[in-house]
Amino acid sequence: MNPFEYQTPTTLEQATALLARPGAYPLAGGTDLLVKMRYRRLTPTCLVDLKHIPALTRIVVDENGLLLGAAVTCADLVAHPDVRQTYPGLIDAIAIIGGTAIQNRATVGGNLCNAAPSADSAPALIVHNAQAVIAGPHGERTLAVSDFCVAPGQTALAPGELLVAIRVPPPPPRSSAAYLRFTPRHEMDIAVAGAAAWLTLTEKGTIADARIALGAVAPTPLPVTEAAQALIGRQPEETAFATAAHLAQEAARPIDDVRGSAAQRRHLIGVLVRRTLRIALERAQSAM
Amino acid sequence: MEKHKVRATINGRQTEFLCYPHQSLLECLRDILGLTGAKEGCNDGNCGACSVLLDGRLVNSCLVLGVEVDGHSVTTIEGLADWRGLHPLQEAFIREDALQCGYCTPGMLMAAKALLDRTPNPNEQEIRTWLAGNLCRCTGYDKIVRAVHAAAAQMQEENNL
Amino acid sequence: MSEQYTVIGTRPPRVDAPAKVTGQAVFATDVVLPGMLHGKILRSPHAHARIRRLDTRRAEALPGVRAVVTAQDLPAARDITRRLGEGAINFKFMCDNTLASDKVLYVGHAVAAVAADEPHIAEQALDLIEVEYEPLPAVVDILQAIAAEAPLLHPTLHTRSLAGVSERPSNLAAHYQAIKGNPAQGFAQADVIVEREFRTQTVHQGYLEPHASVAFWGPDGIITIYTCTQGAFAVRDAVAELLQYPQAKIVVIPTEVGGAFGGKNTSYFDVVAALLSRQAGRPVRIVMSRAEVLQATGPSSGTVIRVKVGATCDGRLTAAQAELYYEAGAYPGSPVGSGMHVMFAPYDIPNGQLDGYDVLVNKPRISSYRAPGATPACFAAEAVMDELAEKLGLDPLEFRLRNCAREGTRNIDGSTHGHIGARQVIEAAQKHPHYTTPLEGANRGRGVAIGYWGNWGSISSCTIGVNADGTVNLLLGSVDVSGTRTSLAMQAAEVLGLPLDKVHPTVGNTAQVGYTEVSAGSRTTFATGQAVIRAAQAVIEQMRARAADLWNVPVEEVDFERGVFYTGHDDRQTMSFADLAAQLNQTGGPITGVGNLDAQNWGAGFGLHIADVEVDPETGQVNILRYTAIQDVGRAIHPTEVEGQIQGGAVQGIGWALWEGYRYDANGQMLNPTLLDYKMPTALDLPPIEAVLVQETYPHHPFGLRGVGETPIVPPPGALANAIYRATGARMSELPMTPEYILRQMKVL
Repeated sequence: MNPFEYQTPTTLEQATALLARPGAYPLAGGTDLLVKMRYRRLTPTCLVDLKHIPALTRIVVDENGLLLGAAVTCADLVAHPDVRQTYPGLIDAIAIIGGTAIQNRATVGGNLCNAAPSADSAPALIVHNAQAVIAGPHGERTLAVSDFCVAPGQTALAPGELLVAIRVPPPPPRSSAAYLRFTPRHEMDIAVAGAAAWLTLTEKGTIADARIALGAVAPTPLPVTEAAQALIGRQPEETAFATAAHLAQEAARPIDDVRGSAAQRRHLIGVLVRRTLRIALERAQSAM
Repeated sequence: MEKHKVRATINGRQTEFLCYPHQSLLECLRDILGLTGAKEGCNDGNCGACSVLLDGRLVNSCLVLGVEVDGHSVTTIEGLADWRGLHPLQEAFIREDALQCGYCTPGMLMAAKALLDRTPNPNEQEIRTWLAGNLCRCTGYDKIVRAVHAAAAQMQEENNL
Repeated sequence: MSEQYTVIGTRPPRVDAPAKVTGQAVFATDVVLPGMLHGKILRSPHAHARIRRLDTRRAEALPGVRAVVTAQDLPAARDITRRLGEGAINFKFMCDNTLASDKVLYVGHAVAAVAADEPHIAEQALDLIEVEYEPLPAVVDILQAIAAEAPLLHPTLHTRSLAGVSERPSNLAAHYQAIKGNPAQGFAQADVIVEREFRTQTVHQGYLEPHASVAFWGPDGIITIYTCTQGAFAVRDAVAELLQYPQAKIVVIPTEVGGAFGGKNTSYFDVVAALLSRQAGRPVRIVMSRAEVLQATGPSSGTVIRVKVGATCDGRLTAAQAELYYEAGAYPGSPVGSGMHVMFAPYDIPNGQLDGYDVLVNKPRISSYRAPGATPACFAAEAVMDELAEKLGLDPLEFRLRNCAREGTRNIDGSTHGHIGARQVIEAAQKHPHYTTPLEGANRGRGVAIGYWGNWGSISSCTIGVNADGTVNLLLGSVDVSGTRTSLAMQAAEVLGLPLDKVHPTVGNTAQVGYTEVSAGSRTTFATGQAVIRAAQAVIEQMRARAADLWNVPVEEVDFERGVFYTGHDDRQTMSFADLAAQLNQTGGPITGVGNLDAQNWGAGFGLHIADVEVDPETGQVNILRYTAIQDVGRAIHPTEVEGQIQGGAVQGIGWALWEGYRYDANGQMLNPTLLDYKMPTALDLPPIEAVLVQETYPHHPFGLRGVGETPIVPPPGALANAIYRATGARMSELPMTPEYILRQMKVL
């Protein structure tokens, strides 16, 4: 690893000021960053440790929904009883990022900011209509998580900007979500393909709203609106799910790489979309 | 390039050391503090040979910087037991022959300790899930899982006495 | 069986366990010497290239750099071939592999090395070394490597075969052939023939501890090397030959080894560390990163294997034929010969032909991996045998039993089986509850496979010293990579009639103990065990003479049994080992027993594995529901250690079967050189592995044992392929059997 400077700001203002300098990079869990630095894919000259800023490690669940500091660890989120109760689809995604030791350091915000096409957090956050709260030299702004990753490894953050929190709206009644991914081993792998699905049901049990997002099959996490729209108004059964899955497959733009072929990924999207819809349905029905 | 002073509690002792920011906790433990129990297997978070407890939580010390533990507490394999006797996990590993080359063993024991601290009576699935981040190439994991069960049982019994 | 023994067959804790569970065991990277420097190696980014220019001056000038070496610093190597480690090594090739001279032959090929005060300075120094490469076309596919227009790795290397030496140079280093009977006639007699082609990827031994050495070239001319190795003498002799240096002045101290499995039989950079140390005047430690381990140490051969087997409709094999193409990597010497030997070894086949091809490719030179060459061959053979049995309507185990090899059966390669347990493991499987319990449920299947490994004997040395308090020190020439210091101490304790805790084993360095072959080939408990027995017997002989002196009787009248010396005719003439030991220094001085031998008549091992799987028909993911590994082990000296060997080997075989494999691009760049993408099984990927020990005394070892460590890695891919077939209806012919591959074979993708 190339040598670098290390800073520990205690306020957001200090952090954004440090991050405005060229070569500065934020450090939260470090589980992606340090690896990239070791393989010299990134060579920051200054690491700005975010873990001393209280605002970045809060979890708040209330009538406004979920407010999650960007530096909250996966383990802390997964252990939070209100989050487990209210957002099981998010827990699906966050709980499988790495194994036990990685979970204790890796952060939800970090997973999103790493902007891997295969990021597990992103499809789940997208179907939850999550918003990214960003602080920078010119103040604060919000951005839909679906617009946050712009290219592999690249986010919409401008120089000096920092992701400070993720906001997830409260789920309407009769709603739930699920996330699944496919990996060759049972754990410790990067997703070959991932899918998140959200369903809101009417009182009669038909689909009032649906959202689907895919991982690892495009340069960025991919919301697939046509597939989701095809579900609206329909009975939540296998034929509807199959249609949505098929449309999702067509919208996916997978590539061949060392972790999987495009053909395999496209095939898996069909499987994962059907399976996540089934789980989301079961959860939404039991929330009725 | 300057070194930082780090003050941390290592295996229960107040400790101070100097390190460069780029030195991982693993390097600091091994090369500065002489605690060579934690091992390097991959240096990128995929094998668990470097596992230690940071504020009681299992982490890969190769993915923590030495400077990040300032003000925190670290427990390594060397802190698992003292001169009075081995930890039930260590005894169980010996009895059940849950090791061969021993390279993964310190990390595996710290991971097992973290599990039993949180789930005193884990079933097989819970043990295997928790230990998925600790690779072992010698044993096939079979006797390791047995040892964790045995240690859990022993510790439950000791707590009930 | 163990009622006659006191120590043999028991399950004491490993001698080395307390140090390992407390983190105190010393591995090579734990060694710190005063003034020690940190060494790093510069490696080729090209799979095949000429080195046009190499300039290290800027690195030498960097503050904190204390030494820089290149191939220029090595004496010109002799073009000789000697047995070293588990195979034959040509020293010109070994020298070239240590530091490339005019060409690099694989990504990761070492080109230069530096030693510096701190690791990050050494890294910076590597960046300052200027190398000008002229890239050449690379070849990483076996069949392409032997095609007509393939780029040549060694322009002066010709094919050796029974026909002599080829006229033109080639990447085909050797063609081996064996014929038994009349294969054409044999196939003509067959009612059913199965013919298939198989392909397996390069895999790595996957030891968790990267290679590491600490070397100090002292001002007295003694080179001391701490290193993780399976054979201190193999390292010493390699360094002596490469440096043209006296063997006695090189002291190799083997540290605890964090896994080896054949990958630490050879020396990669011990000599480089020594050269850096000479230049710097200080000790130098070099440790490989995981990426270096995967790219620059010897993995196991990728293969292409074509098999054809025929049988009559009553299930009798009539002929078998195979072509085995094995990757050697950048220099010749794949284990294709072993592959040929083991391939049909479980079977009695009257006619056959084997053709083995040793092929050079732009990948690192392969190294042994637990039963080197056997696993791919067994995978191919057992998949075909399974298909044949199915076509004949026979139960897979019944088919194997009907054609089972016995003592005296001649293999196709001309070797003959000695006392073996093939029949016994098949019969044990037939009776085992795993096999007799039906497997129910959709997408589920059960497969079996039988595998063989010949094992090894060879040269071992040890010494036993007797202490006045009746304890003994056992100094072993064998490095302990699998628990042998305990099982060897148990053999000494049994012969000496002492409890195990009175026998203290130590692994010796090359200045302390006699020459000993590497701890490999499943030889250690068998061969070094016999050296230990000899040493213990020598101790007893000498102590009998002392007792005879004390009692004033002829030595022939002194007997020794279960730790007690006595004569038949006087009750007062009886003395325990400890009491006699207390008097040694007053009766003529200390006693040591030496045991040296070249062990012969080693016993082979057969393993029969049963695997139950469930395959997700939509994703191709395999879940192993149940796994049983049955093996004939002779007498198990330490049954728990033997179980551990079987479980560990089986799991490596399972990893080989389902997830592991090197991926390369067309330029010879490895695409998955991390443990994220070179996927070894985790605890969550596996079920419990039941190890079943079939124990029948092997007649050619005093305690009746066979080597056990390697056989268990051989059957798993075959067993799993056959199980996956029954779960999916699709035959497997590639390793690894990844989910994607399975879906393709199922025609889902």
